[in-house]
Amino acid sequence: MNKIVDKKYFSENVVWFEVEAPLIAKSRRAGHFVIVRSGEKGERIPLTIASSDVAKGTIEIVVQAVGGSSKKLCELNVGDYITDVVGPLGQATHIENYGTVVCVGGGVGVAPMLPIIEAMKKAGNRVISVLAARNKDLVILEEQVSKYSDEVIIMTNDGSAGHQGVAPDGFEMVANREKVDLCVTIGPAIMMKFVSLTTQKYNVPTMASLNTIMVDGTGMCGACRITVGGKTKFVCVDGPEFDAHQVDFDEMLMRLKAYDNIK
Amino acid sequence: MSENNILARRNEPWREELRKQLKNKERSDRPRAKMPELDAEYRSHSLREEVNTGLTKEQALAEATRCLDCPNPSCMQGCPVSINIPTFIKNIERGEILEAAKVLKETSALPAVCGRVCPQEKQCEAQCIYIKMKKEPVAIGYLERFAADYERESGQISIPELAPANGKKIAVVGSGPAGLSFAVDMAKFGYDVTVFEALHEIGGVLKYGIPEFRLPNAIVDVEIEGLRKMGVKFEKDCIVGKTITHEELREEGYKGIFVASGAGLPNFMNIPGENLINVMSSNEFLTRVNLMDASNPESDTPVYTGRRVAVIGGGNTAMDAVRTAKRIGAERAMIVYRRSEEEMPARLEEVKHAKEEGIEFLTLHNPLQYEGDENGRVSRMLLQEMELGEADASGRRRPVAKEGATSWVDVDAVIVSVGVSPNPLIPSTFTGIDVSKWGTLIVNEETMQSSMSDVYAGGDIVRGGATVILAMGDGRKAAAAMHEALNK
Ligand SMILES: Cc1cc2nc3c(=O)[nH]c(=O)nc-3n(C[C@H](O)[C@H](O)[C@H](O)COP(=O)(O)OP(=O)(O)OC[C@H]3O[C@@H](n4cnc5c(N)ncnc54)[C@H](O)[C@@H]3O)c2cc1C
Ligand SMILES: Cc1cc2nc3c(=O)[nH]c(=O)nc-3n(C[C@H](O)[C@H](O)[C@H](O)COP(=O)(O)OP(=O)(O)OC[C@H]3O[C@@H](n4cnc5c(N)ncnc54)[C@H](O)[C@@H]3O)c2cc1C
Ligand code: SF4
Ligand code: SF4
Ligand code: FES
Repeated sequence: MNKIVDKKYFSENVVWFEVEAPLIAKSRRAGHFVIVRSGEKGERIPLTIASSDVAKGTIEIVVQAVGGSSKKLCELNVGDYITDVVGPLGQATHIENYGTVVCVGGGVGVAPMLPIIEAMKKAGNRVISVLAARNKDLVILEEQVSKYSDEVIIMTNDGSAGHQGVAPDGFEMVANREKVDLCVTIGPAIMMKFVSLTTQKYNVPTMASLNTIMVDGTGMCGACRITVGGKTKFVCVDGPEFDAHQVDFDEMLMRLKAYDNIK
Repeated sequence: MSENNILARRNEPWREELRKQLKNKERSDRPRAKMPELDAEYRSHSLREEVNTGLTKEQALAEATRCLDCPNPSCMQGCPVSINIPTFIKNIERGEILEAAKVLKETSALPAVCGRVCPQEKQCEAQCIYIKMKKEPVAIGYLERFAADYERESGQISIPELAPANGKKIAVVGSGPAGLSFAVDMAKFGYDVTVFEALHEIGGVLKYGIPEFRLPNAIVDVEIEGLRKMGVKFEKDCIVGKTITHEELREEGYKGIFVASGAGLPNFMNIPGENLINVMSSNEFLTRVNLMDASNPESDTPVYTGRRVAVIGGGNTAMDAVRTAKRIGAERAMIVYRRSEEEMPARLEEVKHAKEEGIEFLTLHNPLQYEGDENGRVSRMLLQEMELGEADASGRRRPVAKEGATSWVDVDAVIVSVGVSPNPLIPSTFTGIDVSKWGTLIVNEETMQSSMSDVYAGGDIVRGGATVILAMGDGRKAAAAMHEALNK
């Protein structure tokens, strides 16, 4: 049982929580995630750890309500308990000084990207962040991202904020004017697929953080498996970050629909 | 071990008396007890009701008379934890059933579990003298279950005597049978034991793997409650190596760590189409249904209920998966196994029960590939017919493909149950621990001590996929050795 100590709405469907989890707060690093379950009949769902406060013993998560379990979680309030929080899971992001790093985040993918942006900046990189969303109201965490970015580029589908366009366009704006050493992308699978296709054109090594369906998150079930470079990998233990150019995004997109007509 | 002083116990007056009551011939002429069970058609739709309903007291007392109370009980050599089999059975015969349960608990932490899930036909019962007499062996497993159930239902569960608390903290990684049996013994020795479990439930495979129609959760829970009463603490949702490292455990004053993290990594066959939707590991399927209760409409976790389900494999896990699939609605539930029925590693009883429940057996068949529909959902599988060739290193005849004999079978779910490998989490986070090329932890077989002196290990993380009783035996061995090492 983990107590919710703070809650904020980033948008109508995107909620930020600060949750008590002292052991996780201490051991997590950028790129790690947790599995949470709310209620005795609740489902186990993966969520990235956006940040943590070791002194307070809390972690922060950002949840987008997309279906049953995420909605249920978003309805919890300060003082409520999340039935289970387990982690930190996955491999931490490999952080080093690459040179210029473009971080492309779409939708709620910006939240898990924040700790990576921060770590990349602290490692001495020039960090350019591209935040993509459908419209102005769905752009989240701009202020926090700006703090650790040399430049922030906002892309909206309808042009209501920043530039009009999609995530890969934001990357191209940078790549067309300067040398990029690494791209990191987190967001909907379909967005990561197109970001990856674009960065391939520019020959820029790219890391994508994959959000497959999971159950245990510890390598026990194989629900999260994907194909990377022709080999089957488990996202929860081998990832969640992979060389985007090797990922079979079409298979991943297909597998994400596994329970679409069942739930 | 003094508790196994077989002859002295056999010579107790009541036992001699009992032996005289019937001639061996009269004993051995009696038929073996038949386990009462639910009707096959009925139970094939009932996910949670236990198939075997347990011997009645009359049946148990009668079955107990069959045991000849052998001076040299060969059955005990077949039991990995050397339960004093004639002593517990003779106690049943004389009606002292609580006493029988106590005898079981001298050596086994979870007799109600072992009585149900041990492969008796390969262990204790295989060594019973009756086999040499070409008769059906004494139903040791049924009797073991009877005594343990009787004790539980009587409400008079004996709590083992505990040595005075010594204040030394011990950590256990994983709450499966190995971890639980280790915890019991260490608590008896007076240690302050904490069991860390990665999942949100205690019990390991006993909870998330073996279905309730074979092993009701309530039975496992009673045992866990017993441990709590003995002062054992449980920390759920805590992954050792991730949430807390072994260095941190040491810093917090834990004097010894027992790793019983199981072999939770599912194997796949790496054949085309294995990543299609609705092709899944038996671990995923059973976890969804057992741990997450996914077939209950109130559960938030979904599970796909295929109409035609194929389970690949011939072990206990495969039988559990196929019978579960049938119970949650499959019209056609099939086992696809590349060898013949004789080589199947599953318990005999499970195969028999599966057949009665209408499971189809496609033995001597091996999947070559899967094909999906336009949405990426599996729709058919290509099977290769096999035949048995020469015996391989394990002594089993090797299946070889029959040239040209392939066929397509329509399916809408495939459950892959071709074994598990040790979960690499522990080996990769306990830096410096010795690991075999199969990924299992290397330990001293006598003491279960690993290459790190304060870390012991047992169960599936050491053996690869094995059995409940072997895992428990390891737990006991490790506890004895760790206790000795800590008192040097
Ligand atoms: C490593 C990892 C980190 C993640 N981090 C975050 C995070 O920080 N914040 C956050 O809001 N979400 C995150 N997700 C996604 C989150 O787990 C899913 O949105 C959630 O499981 C959906 O459950 P649901 O019952 O609410 O929706 P469902 O009813 O299961 O699904 C609703 C819709 O969402 C799609 N969907 C289902 N599962 C996923 C998934 N895993 N990823 C994307 N789409 C999915 C379905 O196809 C469906 O169309 C992460 C996923 C992974 C694997
Ligand atoms: C479906 C199925 C049916 C079976 N049927 C039979 C049968 O009929 N008879 C029989 O004898 N055997 C059977 N077996 C095999 C038997 O269950 C196993 O051999 C036995 O459970 C192994 O026990 P264990 O304690 O080593 O590990 P497990 O029971 O696997 O328990 C390990 C526990 O450790 C936890 N864990 C793992 N890593 C960590 C970590 N880092 N930190 C904290 N916790 C961790 C896991 O979540 C798990 O709960 C079956 C197995 C399965 C899967
Ligand atoms: S523990 Fe298993 S092998 Fe030993 S006597 Fe009981 S049923 Fe037989
Ligand atoms: S070998 Fe058979 S008959 Fe003899 S003591 Fe063991 S169970 Fe009884
Ligand atoms: S979520 Fe079960 S193996 Fe990755």
